[in-house]
Amino acid sequence: MAAEVRIPSLLRGQVGGSRSIQASGPTVGHALDDIEARFPGFKERVIDPNGTIKQFVSIFINGEDVRYIQSLDTPLQDGDQVSILPAVAGG
Amino acid sequence: MRFTSIIDAIGHTPLVELRSYSPRTGVRVFAKLEGHNPTGSLKDRIAKFMIDQAEREGLLTRDKVILEPTSGNTGISLAMIARVKGYRLKVVMPENVSPERVDMLRLFGAEIVFSSGEKGTNGSIEVAQRMVSEDARYFMPYQYGNLANPQAHYDTTAQEIIDDLPEIDMFVAGLGTGGTLMGVGRCLKDHNPQVKVLAAVPHPGELIFGLRNLDEGFIPPIVDLDLLDGRIVVESEDAFRSTRELTEREGIFAGVSSGAVMACAKRLASRMDKGSIVALLADGGWKYLSSQLWTRSYEDMGQETQDMVWW
Repeated sequence: MAAEVRIPSLLRGQVGGSRSIQASGPTVGHALDDIEARFPGFKERVIDPNGTIKQFVSIFINGEDVRYIQSLDTPLQDGDQVSILPAVAGG
Repeated sequence: MRFTSIIDAIGHTPLVELRSYSPRTGVRVFAKLEGHNPTGSLKDRIAKFMIDQAEREGLLTRDKVILEPTSGNTGISLAMIARVKGYRLKVVMPENVSPERVDMLRLFGAEIVFSSGEKGTNGSIEVAQRMVSEDARYFMPYQYGNLANPQAHYDTTAQEIIDDLPEIDMFVAGLGTGGTLMGVGRCLKDHNPQVKVLAAVPHPGELIFGLRNLDEGFIPPIVDLDLLDGRIVVESEDAFRSTRELTEREGIFAGVSSGAVMACAKRLASRMDKGSIVALLADGGWKYLSSQLWTRSYEDMGQETQDMVWW
């Protein structure tokens, strides 16, 4: 399954400056592994050493936070759009 | 209704059915119009609760200066209450907010410290925390960590919703401090554990250039992400389109975060077979008129508009 992963400005240096890259895999976690294979060091910016999504990072698939779906095991379908975003406050 | 002070006129906002947003018979969408509060946003509720509690506990006294980080609305509410009660108020706010927010703060007599636009409200929090640690004259209500914030919504906003729509199945609101979602969410789940609570969050766009790394993100201490049943991110363009659509379809003039909340409510309603959704619209559209979002296309609004803090 190939998804478009949108890269926040903070992480673009890690992936050669791209705003978005194609990544494949059956789940969100596999897609991140796919990016890591091409751009070593990418994954540790997003995922903790224990394998969970970092506290201040959210991963959205088609706009919905994967935390409330199946986290990194959330299945990917062709054409899905994945966004990685830092937590920001309002108020 | 007769009140002895404008502060007592906070709350009791209308719940209005949005019939054009019903995707099928049996699915109903309602909007809670928080723009009907005295300063035009839901933040009047939490400002009142935070100030009342601080006075009761003796934390806020005449010699203190109230200092608060805000993207605008909480500052405006505190400024109104500070005016009525005779306190001095200083707010720390990102420099890239709508000019109406600055004007309203000034008209209520607040002093403004601007923080870097690139860091958004996260940057305002950093600056205010530094200021308060260096000067004992400041009293910081700190909406991000003050339990009076969700309590205001537990005691008032949620209670009003239950009174008006006891059969509510789903609640959706914007996530800024998390106070609305935590307070209303807890009360609704106490009322009926089957109620679903959904958060709309803004896509920060390029606004996050100022953060050095993802670890500089910020989750307010009052937020318990486990209370939520889902979180949906909304792009600014969709929020703008939805804000305008709400005015065109229902005659409701609300702010940009309300547009984002309506975009989520539509998505959630489309998946329901039956049930009632309440979308909380945090403020009115008045403070966003200068953006010309109702009269210009998003593309024509320019980069400047896209780089602003909207909620």
